[in-house]
Amino acid sequence: MTEAKKIRVLAAKPGLDGHDRGIKVICAALRDAGMEVVYTGLRQTPEQIVAAAVQEDVDVIAMSCLSGAHSYLFPRVMEILKDKQIADILVLGGGIIPDEDLPALKANGIAEIFRPGTDTNDIVKFIQDHVRRN
Amino acid sequence: MDDWEKLKELKVKYDAQVEKVLKKFPERRPEFVNTSGIPIHRVYTPLQMQDFDYAEKLGMPGQYPFTRAVQPTAYRGRFWTMRQYAGFGTAEETNKRYHFLLKSGQTGLSVAFDLPTQIGYDSDHELARGEVGKVGVAIDSLWDMERLFAGIPLDQVSTSMTINSPCAVILAMYLAVAEKQGVPFSQLRGTVQNDILKEYPARGTYIFGPRRSMRLITDIFAYCTKEVPQWNTISISGYHIREAGSTAVQEVAFTLANGIAYVEAAIQAGLKVDEFAPRLSFFFNSHNDFLEEVAKFRAARRLWAKIMKERFGAQDPRSQMLRFHTQTAGCTLTAQQPLNNIMRVAFQAMAAVLGGTQSLHTNSFDEALALPSEQAVQVALRTQQVIAYETAVCDTVDPLAGSYYIEYLTDQIEARAQDYIDQIDRLGGAVAAIEKGFIQKEIQDSAYRYQREIEKGDRIIVGLNKFQVKEEAKPADLLKVDPAVGDRQVARLKELKATRDNSAVQTALAELKSAAEGDLNLMPPILKAVKSLATLGEICDTLRAVWGEYEATAFV
Repeated sequence: MTEAKKIRVLAAKPGLDGHDRGIKVICAALRDAGMEVVYTGLRQTPEQIVAAAVQEDVDVIAMSCLSGAHSYLFPRVMEILKDKQIADILVLGGGIIPDEDLPALKANGIAEIFRPGTDTNDIVKFIQDHVRRN
Repeated sequence: MDDWEKLKELKVKYDAQVEKVLKKFPERRPEFVNTSGIPIHRVYTPLQMQDFDYAEKLGMPGQYPFTRAVQPTAYRGRFWTMRQYAGFGTAEETNKRYHFLLKSGQTGLSVAFDLPTQIGYDSDHELARGEVGKVGVAIDSLWDMERLFAGIPLDQVSTSMTINSPCAVILAMYLAVAEKQGVPFSQLRGTVQNDILKEYPARGTYIFGPRRSMRLITDIFAYCTKEVPQWNTISISGYHIREAGSTAVQEVAFTLANGIAYVEAAIQAGLKVDEFAPRLSFFFNSHNDFLEEVAKFRAARRLWAKIMKERFGAQDPRSQMLRFHTQTAGCTLTAQQPLNNIMRVAFQAMAAVLGGTQSLHTNSFDEALALPSEQAVQVALRTQQVIAYETAVCDTVDPLAGSYYIEYLTDQIEARAQDYIDQIDRLGGAVAAIEKGFIQKEIQDSAYRYQREIEKGDRIIVGLNKFQVKEEAKPADLLKVDPAVGDRQVARLKELKATRDNSAVQTALAELKSAAEGDLNLMPPILKAVKSLATLGEICDTLRAVWGEYEATAFV
């Protein structure tokens, strides 16, 4: 009966990075896969992203950062979510993210990191398999 | 005419032959169309060029419409400027990279600034956290700029600076450094990007709205025309439009449409076209479709020459010349099997050279993984040197001219770009087209189409969706920016504010504020503020207080 409810995703650009080709392509792919996608636009603070996620009642936050600031920005979003005791949102990251940064990001609770060359179908599948919904 | 008849006979025979062959050996695809939507025929012959008017379409190198080259001898005189975009961490670290590049035979500098600098924030701003020194060098004040160019005499190099919304401030800092070095402004050579219009649909480092920003741009045109006559006052950039996903045709069309908007704004501000137009320059991408790219550069040159002559009545040939920098396409680099990127970059660089670029940046093979390491940068620079010194493609001007296919593509790209420009004119020009989201939508649609083609396997990217390997060797020695760079910048800002004459700063900022409220040229008060050691953030905040900030609408 809840089948009609679509997965809701907040696509977000934290920080000052202006590379939005990737996130916009992902928005289009997720929509084509039947999800509802809200895109924040550029230059969002971690606080704004969490606030938008709450307001839009999303199941997933998908963040993209290609400026190298991910190590500060992604964990900061997780910290705010934790402060607000929000545990049911699946958080994903993407961008130019070196191998050695992956363990720390995942330890922070980022479910998966998608890097250059990822097939958007893999992202769709990951979300469908891991979304935390009742 | 006999010749045409003969040729037609040959073609009939050929077609019959093809028909037979196709029955046994079908072609790889039912039809061939490039990413710009241009149909690619099986073979090109003089039959397609029966009406081709050499003088009108090509002319001689250095002559209108400059299809073949802007300069009569092209690379027989001098190679292009080899200019690697570089900057990271603090001014000292970047200065060291510049000395390395100059020692390696690079012939011009190209400064990459970090994002806070590009968006007019000091390193201690809340939004700068995590970003300081990451994608470029952090510049907060004249102090940093002096360190950036330490030991580099500014009358000996040409410097390109990728700076847009706070361009006037960074240019003023450069002028102040020159002054300290005792170099007269008239001897300075270089380029500022100063191209705000592509920031809204493609690059994202805007501060003010498009109409306010246009004033800063025309103020720079007016100031430099008088004071810094050898400086290229803008680099109208298709590069980022292409990186954001556009096709080659869209890259030419949207870039030249932006160019038209700048020329119109400058004329409206009271400048004469032949005064400022010779200092306009361009910046294009060089992508994977080798021959389309060569044709693209030629088409852009011809189209711009016509626009300047016919639309704006420019008389000075230098106003009609499209001079451009090229960078190979960062978006074509793969994180998978990164060494393959060396080949991609080489082909793209060769296309830029065959297209007649004035300067070139070749990407480093490790850039889908991190900022480039010193070794990767050296390979990239060597790629240019191999093209220049070993391949002999530079020994005659525009060597691909007259190829039936190249001229077909050149015509097609020009015509299709012109269609877009007409469409943008009908929307009210580039600024209006951006405000309406037209450009954004066009680019996004192309980007999505490209991605789907890859995912469906219609487009093969070697090492990504074909010829993959399981265990990949990652290049060693990726560059890592020291995370303490932010702390160092913040400490330096504290020191600056504690030791400078703060009342002189306040006076200079107050003068700037009243200039911004009126319509005086802003360069002199900005230069004064910079010399008083006002920071980039303080200067931009002064302008923000008067003009407000751009509120982006996301069109998705």
